[in-house]
Amino acid sequence: MKRVYPNKDFCIGCHICELACLTAHSKSKDLILAYTVERGQNGVASSKHVHEGGATCVALSCRHCDEPSCVAACISGALQKDPESGRTIYDREKCVGCWSCLMACPFGAIARHPLEQKIVKCDLCFDRPGGPACVAACPNKALKQEER
Amino acid sequence: MTYVIIGNGVASIGAIEGIRRHDKDGRIVIIGAEDTAAYGRPLISYLLAGKIGPERLALRGDDYYTRNGVELKLGTTATSIDTAKKTVTTDKGETVKYDRLLIATGGIPFVPPIPGVQGPDIYSFTTLAHANTLIELSSKIKRAVVIGGGLIGLKAAESIFDRGVAVTIVELAPRILSGGFDEKAGKLAANRLKKVGIEVNCGVTAKEIQRTKEGRVKGVLLTDDRFLECDVVVVAIGVVPHSSIAKDAGVKVERGIMVDSKLMTNARDVYAAGDVAQAMDQITGEHRVVPIWPNAYNQGYASGRNMAGAKQPYMGGLPMNSISFYGLPTISVGTVNPPEGDSSFEVHALLDEEKETYRKLVFRDEKLVGYVLVGDIDKGGMYTAFIKFEMPLAGEAKDKLINGGPEVFLWPAELFDETWNPEPAKAAR
Repeated sequence: MKRVYPNKDFCIGCHICELACLTAHSKSKDLILAYTVERGQNGVASSKHVHEGGATCVALSCRHCDEPSCVAACISGALQKDPESGRTIYDREKCVGCWSCLMACPFGAIARHPLEQKIVKCDLCFDRPGGPACVAACPNKALKQEER
Repeated sequence: MTYVIIGNGVASIGAIEGIRRHDKDGRIVIIGAEDTAAYGRPLISYLLAGKIGPERLALRGDDYYTRNGVELKLGTTATSIDTAKKTVTTDKGETVKYDRLLIATGGIPFVPPIPGVQGPDIYSFTTLAHANTLIELSSKIKRAVVIGGGLIGLKAAESIFDRGVAVTIVELAPRILSGGFDEKAGKLAANRLKKVGIEVNCGVTAKEIQRTKEGRVKGVLLTDDRFLECDVVVVAIGVVPHSSIAKDAGVKVERGIMVDSKLMTNARDVYAAGDVAQAMDQITGEHRVVPIWPNAYNQGYASGRNMAGAKQPYMGGLPMNSISFYGLPTISVGTVNPPEGDSSFEVHALLDEEKETYRKLVFRDEKLVGYVLVGDIDKGGMYTAFIKFEMPLAGEAKDKLINGGPEVFLWPAELFDETWNPEPAKAAR
């Protein structure tokens, strides 16, 4: 399957990927509305996070592992592997907010939803024409989606 | 190829998914004593608390078993295994032939020999049936005593309390959560429970469960001679491996069913996984029974892969628990209570009682081997990485982890690249 791979040598730490992710997962699909209104109202959040260590930075999110620790730890069946697409999919309705996935994922790819007992995790923008918004928005091609 | 799985919990779901990674066509038969599709067992506390409805219990979708070509024999108990003839018999009188067998019968509640413990009004809290009975009862009863201040006991207490029943917890150890958590974390959780009105009694246990002439529960007499009046008693001390069928078949059982690195028992083509198995532990390298959810799935998965011929070893389990008490989240992973006086461990703990936050890091041999987080749990998984991948943390790196948190740039460069940006040939998935 095609995954998103971040290259720390190209990342300039601009956080544009985070904003693109936020916008793509907002209702309005408008950056300014998503940032100023929806973040507070419905807690829309980016599932991409820029990590910085000295001069180096990198934008990380769910790796959609073949054998994910989060699926093993999920007590509700909200996290499952989709055998067709290979994605690690999240069913918000089933999630009870027990944070087992957050504990088990060694890649720090799962965050608590800011307002609800739910999680925030990358869905690879599966329903977005043109693929992941973070990849499309990266100004220095530090994020690539490809088969490896 | 016919795979037969005894048990229908999360280890069995793991096994189905492990088998189907490698074998799309083999026949899978599940023999399950309970009469439902596999459900999220820990969810019964959410159900009892009224936080979710029964429609949210199933672990997988309606078409899951059909889609995976799984034949279900539910409400059916496996009664014996013949490892020479490779057959399993059931209480329905059937004999099922297997090529590969997985024993994933889970645990059964441990009930201590307290006088009066046998009879009506005593419940454990490990099955959906128990939860449903307690829901029905909750409108009719006023007081409950929960024996056991571990994870199951506390969650049972919380959810019964949420149904409007007064609850008292009785714990033999000097503190609650003595298993997976340390004293300070246990105290934060206990305070949260006391604040909402759940009574917590530590250092005592039930001496006798007293009954009326009609045999109904009247109350619990404690070892300090106090008497707690109640209508029901929930015994939640823990679970022990449900291994009798294996023992009877001559399969090697110590505390649990002994399994090798492929999750196979000493009987050929017979595997075991989950709460019934005594499998390898990653940190200690020893075989232990660690009845936790992620281990059950992972062992099921690994046994499934190996039954299907993939020859991939089980990498060992890591004790871990994530649980919230009235909105106070807690996470505990690995070795969190090193033996006292053992100088090979180094502990860094940070408590803020006002904010109800706590962080404890346990190091050994310049590696992180355990941690506890209370309140602020957001970096949980990133700490888990250092334990799981056994990353070296000498000098400055350790200081950075202690003072700055589990930053991804503390990872060894090679692991970082292989994980996040691998060469196509090295993509580890």
